[in-house]
Amino acid sequence: MEKTVFDQMNETVYHEKLTNGLNVYIVPKKGFNKTYVTFTTNYGSIDNDFIPNGEKEFLHVPDGIAHFLEHKMFEKEDGDVFQKFSSQGASANAFTSFTRTAYLFSATSNVKENTETLIDFVQAPYFTEQTVEKEKGIIGQEIRMYDDNPDWRVYFGLIENLYKNHPVKIDIAGTVESIADITKDHLYTCYKTFYHPVNMTLFIVGPVDPEEMMAFVRENQDKKSFPDPIPVERRFPEEQNESAVKHRSIKMSVKTPKCEVGLKFPVLDLQGAEKLKYEFAAELLLEILFGKSAPFYEKAYNSGIIDETFGFDYTGERGFSFAIIGGDSEKPEKLSEQIKNQLLEAKKGKHITEEAFERARKKKIGAALRALNSPEFIANQFTRYQFNGLNLFETVPLLETLKVEDVIEFAQKQIDENSFSSCFVEPKETA
Amino acid sequence: METTSEQTFRAPGCNIHVIETGKYKTNTIIVKMRAPLEKETVTMRALLPHVLQSGTENAPSAAAFRSALDELYGAVFFADSAKKGNEHVLTFTMETANAKFLHGESDLFDRALVLLSDVLFRPRITEGAFPEKIVKQEKRSLQQRIRSIYDDKTRYASMKLVEEMYQGDTYALPAGGLLEEVEPINSKSLYAYYQKTLSTDTIDVFVIGDVKANEAAEKIKVHLPFKERELPVKTKSEAVLPKEVKEVRETQDINQGKLNIGCRTTITYADPAFPSMQVLNGVLGAFAHSKLFMNVREKESLAYYAASRLDSHKGFLMMLAGIDQKNYDKTVQIMNEQLEEVKQGKISELELKQTKALLKNQLKESADTARGMVEVLYHNISSGVNRPIEQWLNEIDSVTKEEAAEAAKTIVVDTVYFLAGKEEA
Repeated sequence: MEKTVFDQMNETVYHEKLTNGLNVYIVPKKGFNKTYVTFTTNYGSIDNDFIPNGEKEFLHVPDGIAHFLEHKMFEKEDGDVFQKFSSQGASANAFTSFTRTAYLFSATSNVKENTETLIDFVQAPYFTEQTVEKEKGIIGQEIRMYDDNPDWRVYFGLIENLYKNHPVKIDIAGTVESIADITKDHLYTCYKTFYHPVNMTLFIVGPVDPEEMMAFVRENQDKKSFPDPIPVERRFPEEQNESAVKHRSIKMSVKTPKCEVGLKFPVLDLQGAEKLKYEFAAELLLEILFGKSAPFYEKAYNSGIIDETFGFDYTGERGFSFAIIGGDSEKPEKLSEQIKNQLLEAKKGKHITEEAFERARKKKIGAALRALNSPEFIANQFTRYQFNGLNLFETVPLLETLKVEDVIEFAQKQIDENSFSSCFVEPKETA
Repeated sequence: METTSEQTFRAPGCNIHVIETGKYKTNTIIVKMRAPLEKETVTMRALLPHVLQSGTENAPSAAAFRSALDELYGAVFFADSAKKGNEHVLTFTMETANAKFLHGESDLFDRALVLLSDVLFRPRITEGAFPEKIVKQEKRSLQQRIRSIYDDKTRYASMKLVEEMYQGDTYALPAGGLLEEVEPINSKSLYAYYQKTLSTDTIDVFVIGDVKANEAAEKIKVHLPFKERELPVKTKSEAVLPKEVKEVRETQDINQGKLNIGCRTTITYADPAFPSMQVLNGVLGAFAHSKLFMNVREKESLAYYAASRLDSHKGFLMMLAGIDQKNYDKTVQIMNEQLEEVKQGKISELELKQTKALLKNQLKESADTARGMVEVLYHNISSGVNRPIEQWLNEIDSVTKEEAAEAAKTIVVDTVYFLAGKEEA
């Protein structure tokens, strides 16, 4: 077990790669009641074309299968795992993103039992035709719920605009039609390919004794046998730099229109600190251009084309990276025009002043510190960083070394008008 | 478990509660101001926090104020309004990084407190009123915010249910204000109302973080000098029980129907039987092992979400699920059956054990965040009972099946609200 101390952050990380390949991280949190544990596989909605474990040919699986698999992991021959977590006083959950599937619990007691339950249930798949069919009704309702959610629709509408071929454009839950094709055999195939310990990370944060917890996990894993790991071979379609569709408008039963502008960044092969620097440059750029203290925000707010729902988000995962800017607006055309202008002006060097940079950087440092109050944030983000070859606790020290030139250079190189797109949700005309 | 004790200090116009703890990387100051919910004031109260942060004497615009926050290492300030039973609570939160984690910074807490003081005591004023322009902008923003509730169908359905169920009771008023009441507000009347709020609301200030309690309390007294006031005597509202179940159906062009069943109970937070009510709500629908989740979702695949929620300060319990409209009758029937089961005491030992374990877990977890701790304290402060967290945990533990069933028997279904899609699927 290796121990890394992050002095400035007052945090210590314990790490061990077990003999079966599983990465285990422990961050002790003194004074907290809650222990939060995530068990995550480096497998999400975009991984839909791959060579199944033990085979030679590529297989294309139905949309929404990673999320479907996540749902079905909880059901076992002797009932639902939620029941067991509840009995042990733990609140359990799971989520599927573009690139990850995470199973988790939080508990203030029985931490070892719950950790064992978590590991054991994720490492013991049990799927039958009958339970798979039953789940289609439940997930069907989840999909319908999102279909009525204008924020989700405008977000995914925009990603669909940005990408021509890449599976990031596919809704994580799939569609009612695509999940209809899912069988128990599909689930086993995906499970065998992506749930090998070598592809997974266990993260524990809370008031625990790191030595003791690590020994407990090690012992649990030593009792189980796994096939020799085979590197997962995934395939992604070629993706152009330009956005696929420049604009779309979705009509829904809403009163306030929504406007989101997106820009897609080219995929660069960066690692470690370089990659982190790229990500921060993107985030600081957005803060400088569109943050609540930016002149853009003040002007747009005062002229009534935005309200406090206005915001921005940068997403960077393996194989894709994009930014989204927008919110509710009575004048979506005007807002979209102004956002695009602001970006293009930044490309030419405008707006990115030393003063604005310094303010944005301080804000980001404060946010990074605040986030470390949250065990959920630490576990989820540390895992995301680790899958991307980064370290979460290097955030603040690295932010302290960033310079305004880094952001100017990012804007110059990465903003490209051809990669812009916009998506609106607008009220349906009522008869 | 790790509990952190609170120290209370009396100041002329408020009570100051300090929790000394080193477990966070930030320090938090929270101001809570409450007054009775009233149709005449609810919209002004919803508007106030937004006007106040749009300009102070020292930072005359929203942008200037935001910049000042950013300079304090992204101090976070937010203000909102919420209902607590029949009271309307304004909450102002200021959270700032603990300077010891930063290179060469020291007095962030003091500077953040001054900013908060600017917002509450030195807002930008022109000729005895808030600036016309700011009020106009924030009125427009508020109108948009109120309108946008319609776009979030789950939230809209819950709000409509409360509106239908509590006609004639101020609890029906949405904490975010009434659309038709926004326009008549002007900058002078709003400022006059704010002055009244400052001098008559019941105010509590909380400080949580790496501070010394005495010092922190002194600083609060200096920077947040609320004047002495006479606090209103709380009147207990009589619980009204419905004569018959009301059914309301609304249609919109949507995919999934939203079923919300509203119930009344006489047991609120202040009642000694409250922990039994909590356990009952847990058995019925608060968790993934609960009867509603197991029967509506897992057994019948009718819904993705199927749950119950309890407003502990009102005695309002809501069962809800998102379903296909064709399954309306079936779902209503199953939900009513589950409610009937708990009333008859059909609660297994396992259900009881699971529910208690999770309720206790929730409560202990909430003590891990500054805001969570304040919410737990505020339950007691606002309802005038004293249920320290340790005692609360013990009370939950000792609830019997019979007590939970007794609590269930106080529940009466009042209104069944259904937001249906246009086409029958």
